[in-house]
Amino acid sequence: MRTPREHFRLVVKYTPFHSRTVAANELNLWHRWRDYSVADAYFDVSLEYTALRNTCAVFDISPMTKHRITGPDALAFMNRLVTRDVAKIKPGRVGYAVWCDEQGQVVDDGTIFHLSPGVYRLCSQERQLDWLHTARLGFDVTVVEETEDVAALSLQGPTSCATLCALGLTGIETLTPFGMRTFAFGEAELLVSRTGFTGDLGYELWIDPAHAEALWDALFEAGNLYGIRPLGTHALDIARIEAGYIQAGVDFLPADHAIRADRTRSPFELDLAWLVDFSKPHFTGRRALLAEQSRGSRYRLVRLDVAGNKPATDAYVYDAKRRVVGTVTSAVWSPMSKASIALASVAMPHGAVGTPLWAEIYYQKELKWNRTNVECTVLAGPSYDPPRRKVTPAPMR
Amino acid sequence: MNKADVIVVGAGHNGLTSAAFLAKAGLKVLVLEKNPWIGGAAVSRSLHKDWIYSNCSYVCSLLRPEIFRELELGKHGLHVVPYGGGVTFTRDGDILGNYVDEEVKRREIMRYSARDGDAYLRYSRDVMRQCRLVRSLLMRTPPDPTSWRWRDLTEMRHIGREFAALGPAVLADTIRFHTMSIADYLNEYFESDVVKANLAGSGIIGTALGVQSPGTAYVLLHHYMGDVDGQMGAWGFARGGMGAVSQALASALTSFGGTIKVDAPVAQIVVRGGRVRGVALDNGDEYSAPVVISGLDPKRTFLGLLASGDLDPAIAKRARDFKIRGSSGKLNIALDGLPTFPALGKNNPLAAGDMHFLDSLERYERAYDDWKRGMWSRDPYLDLLIPSLTDPTMAPPGKHFMSVFVQYVPVKVKGQDWTDADREAFKKTVFQQISRYSPDFESLVLHAEVRTPRELEAEVGLTEGNIFQGELTFDQLLFNRPFPGFAQYRGPVKGMYMCGSGTHPGGGVMAAPGANAAREVLLDLKRGNTVPNGWSDD
Ligand SMILES: Cc1cc2nc3c(=O)[nH]c(=O)nc-3n(C[C@H](O)[C@H](O)[C@H](O)COP(=O)(O)OP(=O)(O)OC[C@H]3O[C@@H](n4cnc5c(N)ncnc54)[C@H](O)[C@@H]3O)c2cc1C
Repeated sequence: MRTPREHFRLVVKYTPFHSRTVAANELNLWHRWRDYSVADAYFDVSLEYTALRNTCAVFDISPMTKHRITGPDALAFMNRLVTRDVAKIKPGRVGYAVWCDEQGQVVDDGTIFHLSPGVYRLCSQERQLDWLHTARLGFDVTVVEETEDVAALSLQGPTSCATLCALGLTGIETLTPFGMRTFAFGEAELLVSRTGFTGDLGYELWIDPAHAEALWDALFEAGNLYGIRPLGTHALDIARIEAGYIQAGVDFLPADHAIRADRTRSPFELDLAWLVDFSKPHFTGRRALLAEQSRGSRYRLVRLDVAGNKPATDAYVYDAKRRVVGTVTSAVWSPMSKASIALASVAMPHGAVGTPLWAEIYYQKELKWNRTNVECTVLAGPSYDPPRRKVTPAPMR
Repeated sequence: MNKADVIVVGAGHNGLTSAAFLAKAGLKVLVLEKNPWIGGAAVSRSLHKDWIYSNCSYVCSLLRPEIFRELELGKHGLHVVPYGGGVTFTRDGDILGNYVDEEVKRREIMRYSARDGDAYLRYSRDVMRQCRLVRSLLMRTPPDPTSWRWRDLTEMRHIGREFAALGPAVLADTIRFHTMSIADYLNEYFESDVVKANLAGSGIIGTALGVQSPGTAYVLLHHYMGDVDGQMGAWGFARGGMGAVSQALASALTSFGGTIKVDAPVAQIVVRGGRVRGVALDNGDEYSAPVVISGLDPKRTFLGLLASGDLDPAIAKRARDFKIRGSSGKLNIALDGLPTFPALGKNNPLAAGDMHFLDSLERYERAYDDWKRGMWSRDPYLDLLIPSLTDPTMAPPGKHFMSVFVQYVPVKVKGQDWTDADREAFKKTVFQQISRYSPDFESLVLHAEVRTPRELEAEVGLTEGNIFQGELTFDQLLFNRPFPGFAQYRGPVKGMYMCGSGTHPGGGVMAAPGANAAREVLLDLKRGNTVPNGWSDD
C-alpha cells in the first residue's frame, strides 16, 4: 500500500521514544538524523558524557537504518555483500562489517545481527535498500527495510549491566561482547546485544515500537540507583572518537555518495584490514582490494595524540618537511586521557605508528584567531579501551 | 636494594609525582612511606565494609592535566568525574543554588538580588583574569628575585610580562586582590548577604583566617584556578576516591621501574661532608642515595628530617616561623540511605553538588571567632558532599558516602590537647549542623570517621593538621614558599630537595610541586627533562 499523500505534513518523524526524549530534553536541542530528530544534548554535554563513562547513559538509536535479510541464500548473500566472513558470525552473535563497491571503496559500515539461523539484521548509517536489492540478483533472499519496525536504545557505561540486572534480565552479565540474547519484556520480546559505539561496557536494546515507551520507563526506573542519564549526540561523539570508531560521512565518504573520484576510501585505508577476508568466497570489491593489497594503498587512517590542549578540529596534517600530507577528520579533547586526540586521513607512506606528524590548528580565544603547529604521535590503538569493555561476566560498576 | 639514585620521603601524591618523572628519566627511584598505605592526604580507605572513603581530600580540580597526560594516568586507572553545582542553605528554609547552567544560575541569584545576578558576570570575569595569571605560573619554578643568575632574570622577566599583559587597570586590581579579604572583595560586587556567603567559603577552606582577614581573596583563587576538562573553577571526584590519584601515580611510577616501600618511616636525612648520603629509618635501617627529596611539610623537613647540626640556625628559625596553623576537620560518614534535605525539594540535581550552611558573612566571622578562642566553631562552615550520588564505586547501590569538611577546628582545644571526649563533642556539633537542614540524616548514619587536626597530623604527618602543608598567604607564596631562598625546590644541603605542598604552587591535589621539583633535580643531574611544560590558556 502506498504511503498517504499527506505524509509531507509531518516533515520530521518521531522516534518511538519521542514522548520520553522530549520530556528529558531540558535544553531543547535537536538535530536531524534522516527522517528523525534526535537530541544534541539533554541537560549538559559534560555531565552526559560523564554518566556514560562513570555510570550509564541511554542513547536513542531508533533512526539507525535497519534491514532484515532472510531466505535460503541469506548467508551466501551476506558473504557476497561484506568483506568479512559472515559464516563466522554464529546465530546469536553480532559482527561489525563494511561493504564495498566494485572498486573496493567503502559504501558503508554497520553491524550484522545473526538473529536466528539464516536470519540477519543489517544495521547501517546509510540507506541501503537499492544497494541490497541490486546485490540480491541471483540469490534466493528477501530483503526488507525494518527501520520503523524496531525501536532501539543504546545503554552504555560501567553500571549498564547492573541496570539491566535491576531490570530483571537475569544472567545478562554472562553475555559476551558481540553476543545477543532475548528476554521477555511484558508482552513483548526484548532483544539485548552487548554492542555499542562508545568503546565501553554497553548494550543495545531492540524492541517492538509499541513497547518502546514502557521500555524507556522501566529502564530509567531500574537505573535510578545506578546513575542512569539520557545521552545526546555531542557526548556520544566524544566517546566514539576516544574509542577510535569512524563515522560514515565524517571520517569517510560513502562510495555511493562520492562525486569526485579520489574522495572515497578502501577498508585498508580506514584501518579496517582486519575486516577483509580474502580466503572466503567472492565478495564485491574483492578484485580491487587484492590489487590494492599488492599495489599499496593511497591513504591511511591514523589515530593521533595531539600535543597541547587545543582540539585539532579540521586541521591540516604535515610531515617533518612541512608538507601537507592529510587532514583531521574527527577531533576532540579526551576527558579520559586529558589529551587532544584526533582521527586523520593521511597519504601513504606517512603516518606509521610512532612516527611524528604535525597538525596546524586554528583556534579562537575571545574573538582573536591563533594558529599553532603541534606535534602529533600516531597511536597504535584507540586512546581509550577499558578492560571492562571485554570482561565477562560483565562488571557491575 | 638499599641503594638508589633518588630517595623520595613520603608517598603523598607530590612525592609520587616527583618519583614518577624521575623514574621516567631512567633514574632508580625509591619512595619511603611511613604509613602501611600510600597517598598521604590523597587517599581512599575502606573503614566500613563495602564503603570507600576519601579520607582527607575529597574533590579534584587542581590536578594539572599536563601531568595527567604525560604520565598517562588515565591508562593507569584514574578517572576524574565532574559533579554539578552546589548550594547554600539559608536559615529561613530556602536555598541559593549554584546551578551548572549559567542562565539558571543567574536567575537563582536574582531571587536574592536582581542586580547581583548580573554582577556575577563581572565577578566571574575578574576572577578569571586573576586565574589566568596564576595558572600561567603553576608549572614553573619561581625565580629568586634577589638573584642575578640568567635563569632567574629570564623567569622574572616572564612574570613581569605576564603582569604587564594585564594592562594597568587589571594590574592595579591584581595587586589589591592578593592582599584583600574575601569579604571586602565580595562587597565590591554584590549586595545580597546570601550571595556573598555562598561565594565566601572558597576563601577560607583550610585557612586559619576569617572572611574579614586580608589574604583570603587569594585563597578563593586557589580554589578556582583548577579546571575539569577546561571548565575553569569546576570540581570533580576521582572515581574510587582521591586515593585513585595516588594509585594511578604509583602505577605510573612502578611502570617506569620505581619502587615504593610502605611502613618505612624516615627518621633522618643522612648528611656527610656537606652533602646528602641517604636516609635512616626509625628502625635504624639505612638507605643510600645521592639525592633525597622530601615530600613532607617544611617544618617536618627542616626541623625533623634534618639534624639540627646540619642546619644553619637562621634557616631553622625561618622554618620555625613558617605559618602552618591547623584549622580544619573532616568527617567521613557511611549512610544507610539518601538523607533528605527538604529545602532542596525532590530530584534537585544540586543534591549531588557541594552543600553549605552559612548564609551570611557574619556567621563566617563568628565561626572564625570560636577558633581564635581555641574552640571549634559552634556554627561551623561545612563543605558537604555525597560523592556516592555521582561515583557508584564508593558505596553499595542505594547507600551513601558523605564527606564533610569542617572549618574551623583548632589545633588544641582551649590550649589543651584534643581528647576523645572533645572529638565526640565536635562530631556532635557537626551532626547538629547537618540535622538542622536534614532531619533524617542522623538516623541513617552507620559509621563515621571523625578527624581533627590531631588525627590529621598523626596519620598524614601534616604539622598541626594544616591541609596545605602551610598557609597560602601572600608572604608564603611563589618565591616566598616555603620561605625566601628555598623556593626552587632545593634544600639547604647539597643533594636535598623538597616536593610537597609546602613548595610552590602550594597545597591541594595538584601534583605541580612534585613535577616542578623533579624538573629541578633533573636539571642538576644533567638529565633529559621528562616534566611537561604548562599549557597555555591563550
Ligand atoms: C582533610 C583534608 C581535606 C582536603 N581536601 C582537599 C580537596 O578536597 N581537594 C584538594 O585538592 N586538596 C584537598 N586537601 C589538600 C591536599 O589533600 C593536600 O594539599 C595534598 O594532598 C598534600 O599532598 P603532598 O603530597 O604535598 O603531601 P602529603 O599528602 O602530606 O604527603 C606526605 C606523605 O609523607 C608521609 N610521611 C610523613 N612523615 C613521614 C616520614 N617521617 N617518613 C616517611 N613518610 C612520611 C605521609 O604519611 C604522607 O603520605 C585536603 C587536605 C586535607 C588534610
